Amino acid sequence: MHVPDGFLDAPTSIATGAVAATAVAVSLRRARRELDDKTAPLTGLVAAFVFAVQMLNFPVGAGTSGHLLGGALAAILVGPWTAVLCMTVVLLVQGLFFADGGITALGTNITLMGVVTVVVGWALFRLTLRFLPRRPASAAPAAFVAALVSVPVAALCFVGLYAVGGTADISLKAVFAAMVGWHVLIGLGEAAITALTVGSVIAVRPDLVHGARPLIAARELTVRKPRPLVTKGDRSA
Amino acid sequence: MASGHTHLLHLHGYSPVHRLPAHCKLVALVTFVLLVVATPRTAFWAFAGYAVLLLAVAAVARVPLGFLARRVVVETPVIVFAVLLPFIAQGPRVDVAGLALSQSGLWSAWNVLAKATLGVVGSILLAATTDQRDLLAGLQRLRLPNQLVQIATFMVRYLDVITGQLGRMRIARAARGFDPRGIRSWPVLARSAGTLFIRSYERGERVHLAMLSRGYAGALPVLSEERTPRAAWAAVAVLPLCALLLAVGAWWTA
Repeated sequence: MHVPDGFLDAPTSIATGAVAATAVAVSLRRARRELDDKTAPLTGLVAAFVFAVQMLNFPVGAGTSGHLLGGALAAILVGPWTAVLCMTVVLLVQGLFFADGGITALGTNITLMGVVTVVVGWALFRLTLRFLPRRPASAAPAAFVAALVSVPVAALCFVGLYAVGGTADISLKAVFAAMVGWHVLIGLGEAAITALTVGSVIAVRPDLVHGARPLIAARELTVRKPRPLVTKGDRSA
Repeated sequence: MASGHTHLLHLHGYSPVHRLPAHCKLVALVTFVLLVVATPRTAFWAFAGYAVLLLAVAAVARVPLGFLARRVVVETPVIVFAVLLPFIAQGPRVDVAGLALSQSGLWSAWNVLAKATLGVVGSILLAATTDQRDLLAGLQRLRLPNQLVQIATFMVRYLDVITGQLGRMRIARAARGFDPRGIRSWPVLARSAGTLFIRSYERGERVHLAMLSRGYAGALPVLSEERTPRAAWAAVAVLPLCALLLAVGAWWTA
């Protein structure tokens, strides 16, 4: 999904750059409320984690593999505003250090993979949680839905950008079919892995999942009486 | 960190390019790539000129061509896409070696391939000649918001730790006979991701406490405050200025 240099024309690149810059500026302000300042190292850690998880290729079939985008996952783990910052940093470092994604296409890449996936993922996560019982176990299915939809929507936005400022003369139908088709598959993988990751983190450290905070607050302390052990001999008595 | 405090993308050296301040090199690279992208695709000679410029930088920086070639592998998805373009694009067809290829598709393929390759080689040269810490300090000098610089700093700092952990987990999975094939392997990969997150987080907590105990107060120490020497700006300006001449020439003839 990384857009290279020269793929979209200049006005489109500048416009997406402006969108990305605005999103990052707003996120910088809002992220302060999400995290206190001692958590900057931990935010960097989440960015490194998303980076590493993007290396975790999973087989799609026919010899190809896709990688996670991680936007929905980051949003659920650290909250949407911080997630936008994390994704921005991941893409910036990928562009500058690893030559992955063009430097002039950085705005496009941040908009598609850093903003769209986070916004869609977070919105759907919150929406899905409304329909699920308020308990920590609900986070995993909600994460599944969020991640599943976030990837094809990002692909769809790419097709939209392509329609406006693509430099190659391919029929929109073909771009649409290829991008959205593949990304529905990748979205399935992303959804499975996001849900299982969120599930396994919640099982061990539920306090680390930002999106699950309301669920944990709703959990009540229950007193369970010890049940008398039933052994074979007791049953006859 | 197993690999010391530099990354494998960095090529240790003492060339003139290595010694230039990181923020100057960043500005030069971004200007260069902007000019390359703005060049009309019909000006073949201009792209040849850009390539010569980058090769000259590589020669001055003493970056071996083999190193560049190995790193260009990241571009593979773009190359695959570019190869497909002439087949799927619309428009009038031309006959190339018995295949009916789309004319505009061939142009687009050339356009994407040339511009993306020049951009990729430029970034590789920057990463090869600049220490990552210097690059981050350079971003700070270019007024990138402090929060972003901090996140990037910690990300780069932890990246080797996390990928090392990921590698050990992969070996451990393989040692137990795990062979990722198809959907059934996804739960295992996901559990790996979850475990990786918790382990990294708890490690980060320990690192953070250790940093606080050594006096960390929310920002990395600034090592040098002095003004950038004019000579440095003049030296980095050579690349974008040559590129500007080429770009103007290309627009003139287009």
